[in-house]
Amino acid sequence: MMRWLLLLLAVLALVQPASAQDRMPPAPYAYTQLQDPALEAQARELMHTLRCLKCQSQSIADSDAPMAGDMRHQVRARIAAGQSPDEVRAWLISRYGDYVSYDPQVSATTWPLFVLPIVLLLLAGTILLRRLGKRAADDAA
Amino acid sequence: MRRLRYGLWIIVGIAAALFGLFAYQLSQPKNDFVQSAMVGEPMPQFDLPPIVESRPGLSRADLVDGEPKLLNIFASWCIPCAAEAPQLEALERAGANIVAVAIRDRPEDVERFLSIYGNPFTRIGKDDISELQLAIGSSGVPETFVIDGNGVITYQHIGDIREDDVPMLLEELRKAGA
Repeated sequence: MMRWLLLLLAVLALVQPASAQDRMPPAPYAYTQLQDPALEAQARELMHTLRCLKCQSQSIADSDAPMAGDMRHQVRARIAAGQSPDEVRAWLISRYGDYVSYDPQVSATTWPLFVLPIVLLLLAGTILLRRLGKRAADDAA
Repeated sequence: MRRLRYGLWIIVGIAAALFGLFAYQLSQPKNDFVQSAMVGEPMPQFDLPPIVESRPGLSRADLVDGEPKLLNIFASWCIPCAAEAPQLEALERAGANIVAVAIRDRPEDVERFLSIYGNPFTRIGKDDISELQLAIGSSGVPETFVIDGNGVITYQHIGDIREDDVPMLLEELRKAGA
């Protein structure tokens, strides 16, 4: 009996701190939309392309993690203060690197991702053309 | 014909190299840490109110007084933050000036946390919306930053401080001019 009680206590001790994080009210703009529908639409579009840092495969628009809420607050507050979505994205990238953005930009580290497909397409095209050309020449002969 | 065969081997070679790269990357442990891009950058402007009566709050001005400091990002609801308490105490005893920011926390909870695990902090700021945390590229608790006397971030330690991290952090602090 005592052992079960202890086990229960241990489980409760593990559960309690996780919920304690939610004792604080969320940031003002975490779940509240902006008054201006146009600005809210901008903020929302941006939020869908920013990575939640605590729950790494979700955007901050999709996540209920407190930190995602705090990031949504930053996005809405900054957009409401007159910043453009690109400025807000740049602000976050200057804090967390390209990692935080789901909208990859061409940069010193990412350019091969953009160039490689074009190079491969050109390569495949040339090989195909040359082989087809050769076959046509063979057929003609 | 000869030339075509060479071409084929080159393609086989490229494919093998690609698969080799995939195999290598897949065998590497995944790094879940998000490094701050603010290391080497000056601290942003901020001013956080105190969260407990016994310690003043924290602002940028407190970090540009010429003395290098450790900035500990913590919360009373965070279990690893309790685990690193003895290490913070050891750092304090070794002469480190440790300032802190409590993330999304209530004064009574911080008070209780400090009375249980000790208070090695000279200042504790209250950050209810992770404002400072986001501004310095920190993505969780606990994290510990080394700030030099001019308020420039020189090092970021992610996760709780283990025993063998203590000399390393003191060394980072020394490099920052302590």
